[in-house]
Amino acid sequence: MKPSRRDTESHYGAHLTRNGHQLRSAITSGPAVLWLSVFLLIPLLAVGAISFFSRGAYGEIELPLTLECYKRLLGFGLLGFDPLYPVILLRSLALGAGTALLCVLAALPLAFFIARLRLRCRTLALTLVVIPFWTNLLIRTYAWQILFAPESWITRAFHYLGVINAGEPLYPGVLAVAIGMVCDFLPFMVLPLYASVEKIDWSLAEAAMDLGANRIQVFRHALLPQIAPGLLAGIVLVFLPATGQFVIPDLLGGAKTVMLGNAIQQQFGQSRDWPFGSAIAFVALGLVMLGLTLYARRGAKEGPSLL
Amino acid sequence: MSLSIQQGEFFSLLGPSGCGKTTLLRIIAGLDLPDEGKLKIGGVDARNLPAHRRPVNTVFQSYALFPHMTVAENIAFGLRMKKVVPLQIVERVDRIMRLVEVSDLAGRKPAQLSGGQKQRVALARAVVNEPNVLLLDEPLGALDLKLRRQLQGELHQLQRRLGITFVYVTHDQEEALVMSDRIAVMNAGKIEQLDSGEELYEHPRTRFVAQFLGACNLLAGVVEHIDGTELMVKTTVGQLHADLTRATRKPALSENVTVAIRPEKVRLAPADAIITGNQVRGVIEDVVFSGAETHYRVRAGDHQLNAIALNSCPGHQGLRVGQEVRCHMDPCALILLEDHS
Repeated sequence: MKPSRRDTESHYGAHLTRNGHQLRSAITSGPAVLWLSVFLLIPLLAVGAISFFSRGAYGEIELPLTLECYKRLLGFGLLGFDPLYPVILLRSLALGAGTALLCVLAALPLAFFIARLRLRCRTLALTLVVIPFWTNLLIRTYAWQILFAPESWITRAFHYLGVINAGEPLYPGVLAVAIGMVCDFLPFMVLPLYASVEKIDWSLAEAAMDLGANRIQVFRHALLPQIAPGLLAGIVLVFLPATGQFVIPDLLGGAKTVMLGNAIQQQFGQSRDWPFGSAIAFVALGLVMLGLTLYARRGAKEGPSLL
Repeated sequence: MSLSIQQGEFFSLLGPSGCGKTTLLRIIAGLDLPDEGKLKIGGVDARNLPAHRRPVNTVFQSYALFPHMTVAENIAFGLRMKKVVPLQIVERVDRIMRLVEVSDLAGRKPAQLSGGQKQRVALARAVVNEPNVLLLDEPLGALDLKLRRQLQGELHQLQRRLGITFVYVTHDQEEALVMSDRIAVMNAGKIEQLDSGEELYEHPRTRFVAQFLGACNLLAGVVEHIDGTELMVKTTVGQLHADLTRATRKPALSENVTVAIRPEKVRLAPADAIITGNQVRGVIEDVVFSGAETHYRVRAGDHQLNAIALNSCPGHQGLRVGQEVRCHMDPCALILLEDHS
């Protein structure tokens, strides 16, 4: 619940006049608002505006205003229907969803494991989870390339276990992308999840067991509702950036597939089609906002939101 | 320890915190596993049965209601897990909600309930499954005194009505006395005595039971003489005769023993009164009036004797602090304990 204006006034500024109060708010919040306006809001509006312009012959931005870019994005280009961009969009969403799913599967047992450790070990374990995060993404990803090289022990282990056929390389490939993505985003899932798991009231699990729930039912009915906030926060934190991620799929997947991220980069770079790049960026942003809104709404219904 | 609880009985485990009563309850529920020993429920070996397959349900001290479910959903949970037909679930949940008077709260979440209401819901959630045994872990512990009294009565009635075996854990001796058919008094992981409440109070066998269940004066002494059921003990406050008719053992001559007497059985009389039988001389140190009764503390030698007298009984009203008195003790009221410090 937000405190009403009256409450805040009686707490912080009872001695100030209404104008004095407003002046103080302006002084304290002014710099931040200015910063966000100049460096975020205005550029964002510019991107939005540019997406309705046309591309000139040499990549310049010119009139007329048109919805052409959005049409192209939906697949209706000059040469009839071509699902290229919808597919890129779907592929990126699939990458985000897949990463989020794998991260959930990996983080759940890990969070429970860490939460049950002794206090000192817990801090250590959490630090270990976060450490990769302190290394530059590119360095980490190039390191994966070396580890996934055809003659590396990891590749051999995968051959031995029969996960991939003998002679087939691990890199570049889907599996390498999956491993790279999960390792990159795991901390974002583990940390909020751990925060929820640590607070679990285990007596509810005992109560469920006592009332005849088996292990799966105990998890489903007594534990899952308790960790739902952390789980949701983790999914949002992983899914959204993973959807825009293109460095890892590029470097570990063999740069054969275009993702949302590199599609945008391409338009602003080589293709010099700023209006179209802006349109892709804007649609991606729209999807993200939609996702966050749904999440916030669910959070408002279920309890306090983490956002 | 070995313990057998009868079908349909209101059985209490009474003891101070940390004595192992909750552990025993959790072992019966299957939430803790015993290192060794046997456990049978309704004649069936339950030692290796997981908690969710045991025919018992628990009312937890913290209630442990599911916060994301409504009252009705909470109560229906056990039946849902047992895959009872939905129509029947609704019917049984309705019936039990009426029984414990929470029908009006059916749609509320636990966070919107008072302590007493949560307690009723927790009870309903367990009872609706019609378990063979209902385990209650200090279910009234978090409630205020008035509500406790009321719910004690209701629990007692409910148990009579349902005929389910109740195993009730408490550290409140009065609670145990009021409700139970039988009580096991536990101390340091062992059962000190297992009897009806009345028997426990009138004939405690050990120092622990004598002092845990109500107050008790303990007097140490040496056996001077035994004649049939008559025992003479020499204590630091004088010679005392005790009746051995109800004693559980016969002490040997010159054995060190402890005898106990309840404060309300110590009768006070002015020093100049003429009385016969056991008597101890002393000086009143403290007088506390508490409505229906008056509590006296008497110093007799290096001993302190507590006495309680009903204010409706004549004979003690004039007694003041500092006055010399005679404490009269009926030989039948003196209990020979089994252990000696």
